[in-house]
Amino acid sequence: MNYLYTIWIPLIPLLVFIFTGLFGGRFKPLISGLIGTMGLLLTFILSLLTAWNFFFVNGISGEAYPVIIAAKTTWLQLTDHLKIDLGVMLDPISVMMLVVITTVSLMIHIYSLGYMKGERGFERFYAFLSLFTFSMLGLVVATNIFQMYIFWELVGVSSYLLIGFYYERPTAVAASKKAFIVTRFADLGFLIGILLLSFYTKTFDFAELTNPQSPVFAGITSVSFMGLSVITWAMLLIFMGGAGKSAMFPLHIWLPDAMEGPTPVSALIHAATMVVAGVYLVARMFPVYIVHTPDALTVIAWVGGFTSLFAAVIACTQFDIKRVLAYSTLSQIGYMMLALGVSGSGGEHGLGYMASMFHLFTHAMFKALLFLGAGSIIHAVHSNYLNDMGGLRKFLPVTHLTFLVACLAISGIPPFAGFFSKDEILVAAWQHNKVLFSIEYLVAGLTAFYMFRLYFGIFWNKTPHYHHTPHESPLTMTVPLVFLAIGSAFTGFIPFGRFVSADLRPFESEMHLNIALPSVLIAMAGISLAYVLYKKESPVVARIITAMGSFYRVVYNKFYIDEVYLFIAKRIMFNLVSRPIAWFDRHIVDGTMNRIAWLISVTSEKIKGIQSGQLQHYALAFVSGALILALIVLHNLS
Amino acid sequence: MISGIPITHFLIVSTLMFFIGIYGFLTRRNLITMLMAIELILNSVNINFVVFNKYLYPDQMQGHFFALFIVAIAAAEASVAIALIINIYRRFTSIEVEDVDEMKY
Repeated sequence: MNYLYTIWIPLIPLLVFIFTGLFGGRFKPLISGLIGTMGLLLTFILSLLTAWNFFFVNGISGEAYPVIIAAKTTWLQLTDHLKIDLGVMLDPISVMMLVVITTVSLMIHIYSLGYMKGERGFERFYAFLSLFTFSMLGLVVATNIFQMYIFWELVGVSSYLLIGFYYERPTAVAASKKAFIVTRFADLGFLIGILLLSFYTKTFDFAELTNPQSPVFAGITSVSFMGLSVITWAMLLIFMGGAGKSAMFPLHIWLPDAMEGPTPVSALIHAATMVVAGVYLVARMFPVYIVHTPDALTVIAWVGGFTSLFAAVIACTQFDIKRVLAYSTLSQIGYMMLALGVSGSGGEHGLGYMASMFHLFTHAMFKALLFLGAGSIIHAVHSNYLNDMGGLRKFLPVTHLTFLVACLAISGIPPFAGFFSKDEILVAAWQHNKVLFSIEYLVAGLTAFYMFRLYFGIFWNKTPHYHHTPHESPLTMTVPLVFLAIGSAFTGFIPFGRFVSADLRPFESEMHLNIALPSVLIAMAGISLAYVLYKKESPVVARIITAMGSFYRVVYNKFYIDEVYLFIAKRIMFNLVSRPIAWFDRHIVDGTMNRIAWLISVTSEKIKGIQSGQLQHYALAFVSGALILALIVLHNLS
Repeated sequence: MISGIPITHFLIVSTLMFFIGIYGFLTRRNLITMLMAIELILNSVNINFVVFNKYLYPDQMQGHFFALFIVAIAAAEASVAIALIINIYRRFTSIEVEDVDEMKY
């Protein structure tokens, strides 16, 4: 089967970006939007076709799914062995990601036609969306880790551009800078990790790196640095890049602020696709982790587990609905990381890997839906704050129903999608580590609680006084909502183990009733608690808050992590590092140059009188010189 | 060969003229006077050409021709210089060299 056409999957959005970016201003804004949407529709169809061909037409060869290099071209030949390629690699997870990205992106393109209507820079928005889609698609089909890194940075740039879309707002500018700097900092680790890895293995290729029998690791496992083998360092640093992009604690601080961007952007980039790039990276490198550095996997599991709990606790206290969703994204990505961390390889042991990818898939659906629903709500009431909302179920029936579906899905209520994927994660955690399992179990309850706090707060509770009656969003916005709601409701039934597994061999995963039942029960408990507290305005809420006292305040202020960062950055880094460097630069480096320039200028000031411009002075000098020479010659002759 | 007059006499005259010219060129500030000083220098050289030709190679003519060329070129040079000086005078209403200093730093 020839998969060469797959190179058009990333290339179409790139062409659309170039076209709308250069010429978008010449037409009506809507034209750019339509071009972008049409281009993406084409990409979407191509991706579905690829998935169909990959999973069903070609299917399994032998016992496992093949890894197909659909296209490859050498971009940089560094040495005889070490080269950087650009190409398209198809394997179960990259094909799955193609489907996820193009589906969500298409929905967001359609949704934005309505949501962004009449905004200034409409065509710029679509150009950036196309750029982002191109980079993200290029990232998932990367054939080698360096190509991945290039596109990794590209998604970072597009995320920066889109967060700062409303560049007149200082908060948006600050948020975009924060996102860029924090992720760049993490990417530094990623780059060092890549360099370490490639230095010892002499290759960038995933095909060689992820092959357990590959001889390339022979040199690296024996070298150690500060008590850990170099490969552990390299893989931990690579995970640091992933943690930055996926906003794992303690690099999570940029994601809640990134909500300053337009809501469709939050849905696409900061919920469904880009932030799971870190999970994807770990999944891509999983064979290396499992074979060579199981310690690093443990770190990943704990970071994921901690982040999911930490973010879930904060999410319970926030009032900006987009921020609640942002923290819930953190929490869910924590789940995925944890699932990868506790996974083994092969058959049932690889359950965590499969569960992580499964959750990534379902999460993309329901989280995009939640954000788009939030966008629809914000569109209707012109506020992000929970206090300004309430009783909206009467005004926004479609948004209400789809939002409810998404809330049920994320809370893990059967038969919605989140239930199945979360159940697999819990099973994987149970088999591996009981502590992590209990954390995740608690988080499942918290998730249900804060999601339904949001749901009841928005759609029930007391109705505040609206300046003008909220109205349901236009069709371009509701159609994607309905589509994603269908996705959130039914994608759970996909037998994911047959498509994605750690060793490419399909397996059947079973329901584990002994885990599924309690997890549904705790979710129900969370929902009931939210029902009691937030269905109607209740005085109990205030009393609980007072009872919690300073703990509530700490959580409300997000555990003061931002303040800690500011303290470290401003007090310690600026004072102890930046200032001496600035002094050195100004006084030593610049000073030397300035001194030299000053010396030359003073000297020339002193001697410029010699060049009087008077011909007679020159003639005098000439004549006297000639005379002296003549005298010397005469003297020597005699 | 001019009877009774040794070559040194001519050379002394030409040397005197040359240094008078140099002196005039270096000390005078008036452009016309400087031009005259340059004519003195040129003519001292002319005398040398003619004299050396006459005394050292009497059967050849190169020195004479050279002197004639120099006279012609000196005439041309004088006319150009006078034209320049007139223009300078029109612009600065002065022909003192020190007044012409617009291009100085």
